[in-house]
Amino acid sequence: MAIWLTENSKIIVQGMTGSEGTKHTRRMLASGAKIVGGVNARKAGTVHEGLPVFGTVAEAMAATGADVSVVFVPPAFTKDAVKEAIDAEIPLCVVITEGVPVHDTTTFWAYATAKGNKTRIIGPNCPGIASPGASNAGIIPADITASGRIGLVSKSGTLTYQLMYELRDIGFSSCVGIGGDPVIGTTHIDALQAFQDDPGTDAIVMIGEIGGDAEERAAAYIEQHITKPVVAYVAGFTAPEGKTMGHAGAIVSGSSGTAQAKKEALEKVGVRVGKTPSETARLMREVMQSR
Amino acid sequence: MDLFEHQAKELFAEYGIPVPRGVVAHTVEQARAAAEELTGRVVVKAQVKTGGRGKAGGVKVAADAADAAGKATEILGMDIKGHTVHKVLVEEASAIAEEYYFSFLLDRANRTFLAICSAAGGMDIEEVAATTPDKVAKVPVSAIEGVDRARAREIAAAGGLPEAALDGSAELIEKLWAVFVDEDASLVEVNPLILTADGRVVALDGKVTLDDNAGFRQPEHEAYADKAAEDPLEAKAKEKDLNYVKLDGSVGIIGNGAGLVMSTLDVVAYAGEEFGGQRPANFLDIGGGASAEVMANGLEIVLSDPSVKSVFVNVFGGITACDAVANGVVAAFQLLAERGESVTRPLVVRLDGNNALLGRKILADAALPGVELVDTMDDAAKRAAELAAAGV
Repeated sequence: MAIWLTENSKIIVQGMTGSEGTKHTRRMLASGAKIVGGVNARKAGTVHEGLPVFGTVAEAMAATGADVSVVFVPPAFTKDAVKEAIDAEIPLCVVITEGVPVHDTTTFWAYATAKGNKTRIIGPNCPGIASPGASNAGIIPADITASGRIGLVSKSGTLTYQLMYELRDIGFSSCVGIGGDPVIGTTHIDALQAFQDDPGTDAIVMIGEIGGDAEERAAAYIEQHITKPVVAYVAGFTAPEGKTMGHAGAIVSGSSGTAQAKKEALEKVGVRVGKTPSETARLMREVMQSR
Repeated sequence: MDLFEHQAKELFAEYGIPVPRGVVAHTVEQARAAAEELTGRVVVKAQVKTGGRGKAGGVKVAADAADAAGKATEILGMDIKGHTVHKVLVEEASAIAEEYYFSFLLDRANRTFLAICSAAGGMDIEEVAATTPDKVAKVPVSAIEGVDRARAREIAAAGGLPEAALDGSAELIEKLWAVFVDEDASLVEVNPLILTADGRVVALDGKVTLDDNAGFRQPEHEAYADKAAEDPLEAKAKEKDLNYVKLDGSVGIIGNGAGLVMSTLDVVAYAGEEFGGQRPANFLDIGGGASAEVMANGLEIVLSDPSVKSVFVNVFGGITACDAVANGVVAAFQLLAERGESVTRPLVVRLDGNNALLGRKILADAALPGVELVDTMDDAAKRAAELAAAGV
């Protein structure tokens, strides 16, 4: 079992014909994901990587029955690409693109809300979502880990891979990279609730980092709504104030957004927080072995 | 990127927002000349990208040009929360009747924009909001609907601004919204926004944060970069397209992926506690590719920091293959040798994930001087901290 992305998911790639789109379409295909086509208005009607290219998301959905879109278009065109996906009411839109202006993200989020949030947006600036053994939408390497019963939600790509790798023998139901931008579609809370509702998930790893207060809000949510065990990791204890640490959203402003505050908020509601990624993996191993 | 007050006000003026007349001065003489040009009472304001200038003594009123020169002498070179004052803004003094607060900002939690308005201006707005929340209006603003004159007037009224200030404030707020959107800002703040004795609404201060991600469509923003204050290593890294932040420790860090590198800094600081408090010397994310050239550039930057006593290369091969990274390290040593540099400090390398065994074999076979392979991130961090402690 998995959340949001299953073996039956049919995936289209917006920006498939670009270099990143091509590279990762090949990788997704190789991992067994059901990629059914691509979207590029200027190359509609052609075939790329053996897959049909459509003019719009709506056309691609009509022709293939696609229910997931992965977006690789450059930052300047991301807003329009996501709005197109929202207009087509595709159930899931995974935005991999890094470097999208925050006004654009805020605008397409407002657009999604105005249209009734029929499309779940993951990202931008994220590695996507993988349901090991079932499907893979984005750039998460599919072969790191086995299928299993841990759910993972993370702001960071490489930390996601690290945890998937350390717990590869136990395996994961789904791994969701929600992205490191200040404004993102799917949040920690959305993923926590989905894992809570998923009968195929027994426990949840949550990875956060400095900036904003998403982890604090997730902690409050866990206290109220999540009964499955949660183990967490927070990155950025050594980050200086006012400096952006790689991710656009990873910045400590004044006394807010610190890793310490996030860790305390999570521990206060009974979430065990690892000091290092490896310790976090050990804590999760204990949880799974005690079941 | 944060702007200086004078840059923010220059931007405001371009959008027709009333600001006091002012001149930037880098020296006492320039400050005197500026005050002479402006005539009458002036305010000499330290230009630093941090709050609390007034309390720190960085804002002073001067009666005339000679007085302005004296005040500039006091302020130039002053340290305000770690920021050295290199320039002052000399401004005509305003006849202030009332002070208000106004800002547009990004509300991360609600994924929308927010207008904050209060009749209690001129002080720390977070303090006002904490002690008297009913005096601060927080109004969500949709990115699609935006702010027109009528909406601006509603926001000003919600903030409790008096009738006499509403028209002027509404016009100013509408223009601030244009700055916010057209310049891709994540913050525009005016504190205080003032009503003058003769009934005008003026932006007496200005704070603007611009979105670095919007650089591709805001080419003129490049000119705002504060090259003087930039760390020389950070500037050099930026030229080479590397994502580098200088820190104050002794263990140089190179890794892939922002989250993993942030985590590496923490793990090193944690391991360093056992070794006399060794800490990370930098943040450096070489990203997904990690070619030989990127690795060489990264090593060069990290090693050109004299406080670096050891280097920890921490790579998890996700999309990146570890054999490519290992080849990158080997080639980087050659490239550095060709550039006339050599790696004189120990390097601890941890490779995991995609093709890790192959990558480790390449490095083991290459037997590069001073390079050690350690299997896990925690153990590698410990070893790097230990080597840094030994190298001090």
